[in-house]
Amino acid sequence: MEFFHNPNFDFLGKKWYFLAFSLVFSVAGVWSMLFWHHIPYGIDFRGGTLVYVKFSHTPNINELRHEIDHAGLHNFKIQNYDIPSNNEVLIDLDVQETSEQALDKGKAQIIRTLETNVPSGKIDLNNAPVLTIKQYLMDKDPMHLGSDADQKYTQQAQDIVNTRDKVHGGVLSNFDELKGAVDPAAVASLPDGFFLSDFGVRNVEIVGPEVGAQLRKQAILATVYSLAGMLIYLGFRFEWIYGVAAVVTVFHDTLITVGAFSLLDKDISLTVIAAILTLIGYSNNDTIVVFDRIRENIKLMRREKLSDIVNRSINQTLSRTILTAGLTFLTVLALYLFGGEVLRGFSLALVIGILIGTYSSIAIAAPILVAYQDWRVKKGKRPTAMPVRTR
Amino acid sequence: MQKNLLWRLIVILGALLVFLFGILGIPQGLSGHDLLKAMTDRIHLGLDLRGGTHLILQVQVNDAVNVDAQNAIEVLKEQLNKHKISFADISQPDPQNNPDHIQLKGIPPEGHKDLMDIASERLPEYNVSSGANNTYMLNMKPQMLTDLKNRAVTQAIETIRNRIDQLGVSEPTIQEHGLGQYQILVQLPDVDDPGRVKDIMQSTAMLEIKQVIGGPYPSDQAALQDKGGVLPPDAILLPGHGAPGAPPDQEAWYLVSRVSAVRGKDLRDAQPSTDQNGQPSVHFTLTGEGGQRFYNFTSAHVDDRLAVVLDNKVQEVANIKEPIRDTGEISGGSMTEQQAKDLSMILRSGALPAGIKYLEERTVGPSLGADSIRHGVTAAIIGMLAVLIFMLIYYRAAGINADVALLLNLVILLGFMGYFEAVLTLPGIAGVILTVGMGVDSNVLIFERIREELRNGKTPPSAVDQGFSHAWITIVDTHVTTIVSAAILFIFGTGPVKGFAVTLTFGLLANLFTAVFVSRAIFDWVLSRKQRGDALSI
Repeated sequence: MEFFHNPNFDFLGKKWYFLAFSLVFSVAGVWSMLFWHHIPYGIDFRGGTLVYVKFSHTPNINELRHEIDHAGLHNFKIQNYDIPSNNEVLIDLDVQETSEQALDKGKAQIIRTLETNVPSGKIDLNNAPVLTIKQYLMDKDPMHLGSDADQKYTQQAQDIVNTRDKVHGGVLSNFDELKGAVDPAAVASLPDGFFLSDFGVRNVEIVGPEVGAQLRKQAILATVYSLAGMLIYLGFRFEWIYGVAAVVTVFHDTLITVGAFSLLDKDISLTVIAAILTLIGYSNNDTIVVFDRIRENIKLMRREKLSDIVNRSINQTLSRTILTAGLTFLTVLALYLFGGEVLRGFSLALVIGILIGTYSSIAIAAPILVAYQDWRVKKGKRPTAMPVRTR
Repeated sequence: MQKNLLWRLIVILGALLVFLFGILGIPQGLSGHDLLKAMTDRIHLGLDLRGGTHLILQVQVNDAVNVDAQNAIEVLKEQLNKHKISFADISQPDPQNNPDHIQLKGIPPEGHKDLMDIASERLPEYNVSSGANNTYMLNMKPQMLTDLKNRAVTQAIETIRNRIDQLGVSEPTIQEHGLGQYQILVQLPDVDDPGRVKDIMQSTAMLEIKQVIGGPYPSDQAALQDKGGVLPPDAILLPGHGAPGAPPDQEAWYLVSRVSAVRGKDLRDAQPSTDQNGQPSVHFTLTGEGGQRFYNFTSAHVDDRLAVVLDNKVQEVANIKEPIRDTGEISGGSMTEQQAKDLSMILRSGALPAGIKYLEERTVGPSLGADSIRHGVTAAIIGMLAVLIFMLIYYRAAGINADVALLLNLVILLGFMGYFEAVLTLPGIAGVILTVGMGVDSNVLIFERIREELRNGKTPPSAVDQGFSHAWITIVDTHVTTIVSAAILFIFGTGPVKGFAVTLTFGLLANLFTAVFVSRAIFDWVLSRKQRGDALSI
């Protein structure tokens, strides 16, 4: 099977279309970063509190918003996490509501607000830690244990929490759901001291403003180091102009990917930055494959114009470029579709980046080489079509 | 040729066995459950998959500098008095931002030499400079200051580790967080209640026993009024629990001596116990030296009151009925049994050299971790199957070659993780998937090149040879660039992101071996079984 049989497209002839295409997307992204959604920093970079709450029924977002606002928290966003039928919401408190002194104040306040109709003196089993449950069992001693009560009740408490979290997704709606995994006497003793609220907190992320600023700086540094690393390696392996062309290309990819996040108003988290750094490496792969072939062909076709050599090289590697990009895209798409909400931003960055990275190695990197050569000729320098060292 | 091939086959089988051992060790049995258990024993799951708490905290190193500077002030006062040099004031002009700066005012000119001698002899870690109007300035030498701050962080790590070990948290990570200044990274797998652990870590546990001079007062204002608006120079006001019998949330302030009779470092042991009312309390024992000091103090102050002060809060006030040598009790407040246990543990673990502040807190509930594992594994299997099937369709027999190489790549990657005790995170699983996608790139590069050479009329053996040798340089280049990216991620990332960098790097290194060495061996084996002139299925 073969997709391309001796392709012969005139890529360089279409460079103005490519340039226009890239400009439209870059400008749209930059415009959005400056004037529309700005850079949608995730919690890692802006600081704040994220509380993921799972309900036993489909929650009414508007009602929740009203309740939390009523409880004295005002700067927050609340939205469905994943699909609404997942019954999970994400409450996003602004960094203003995140106190330096007591980092987890906002989280505690949300839990208090959501726990409505608390029977007096009872504890919410859906949000109780192992230790609290163990302490309760020790006091009640429903299994009438002797000397090893501490250890046995710790195990029971652990089983209760495991059943709640791993079998029932974090929320129990009925004490009977514990039967089978936990000792019946222990289960029977629970309703005296515990009640079941209609929600469980699944995940909490609290980032103070200091760390946010620190991580922002590091993300930018990491990206810059990555680009510099590429420039140095490629300058060493090829000529410096190849390095420059590759780095300009990768910068173009990064800009468009970040721009896309701004246009779509998707949060840029730490893992998204990780994806972007990976793309810097990946996008370079494609560029290097084309450059390697250009270098090889320059030696074979000494009489031809550089633009013809470049065109030929792109066509020769086209099949490989499309295939690997397609296969990587396939795996990344699987990640985007099946990898769950936690990885959604990460896989989105990879999905966008792989498309752009493949396009740019053909449409941006190679034309830069040719443009540089044309510019040298125009300046009256020796039309050396040999920016090559043989290694 | 045949012999060479056999040798290569042995290398490949050896690698397979070595890395399978890396993944599984020696499993208990061969059922799915046993294998899974063997695997999770070797490859540790990150916090995001297994649930737990991730904290970043900052050591307030200026606290430690402050203590040192206050010590220096005491030394200066004592020595100046001893040398009969008068002085107007010795203080820290800016304890907030420059706690190591000490200002001396009103030193007569004839005291200059003695002061310099005192400073160089008793306070060698300070630089002295003289200013106008008989003032002098002491500030710590930069190297000493840095050392002091770093020591505070190291000590804090030690103390926190002691405390966490006693809590029985399995596999905790406590290390300096190199990305920030004076920060510590603490990761506690399976801890679902960060509140208690945080309190335990944060408690500076500075225990002091001081003499009570006055109080309790209902507020600090009332105390000031009682003393005519000025506190005695050797006394300080500290908040405490209410007087016995009063409601526990009522404020109470005590005037106590600035100097402590007993300090935290005089403690030898602390154990939970009950006081005479049957309430939970903490019973402590002093060291020999501390006990002697305490005996001297209590002998001199029979019928006075003493205060047990914990972290600058008066815990308990008691009358001294007779000299006490080396034991004491902390009760008061309304301590629960758990609190008494925690407090004695904290006291045993030693005091923190400086306060700590929490900068970041992330808790992953186990339910989310379990979901993440399910999603990650689903995506990995679907992504891999898609690639494996595509390669079979597109390259036919050579596709089998690529698929074998890919599967071996995966085994080596996981084996590496087992050997290096690397942590598998959710982005790490994504890294595994990505490795499959990127790893296949090498195969495609080679196969496309072979097809091209075949089209140009080369014989299969020479096409295979040319394909591999031409693609090799390119493959090295592409791998190096991606590994550079991953290395930078590893340096700058924490937790999940680091896990991603690790799997990506291991995966790509393994790929160099599988896509080139293994795949070549399979090709050679296929070619060796063919007649001259037979076509290659690619």
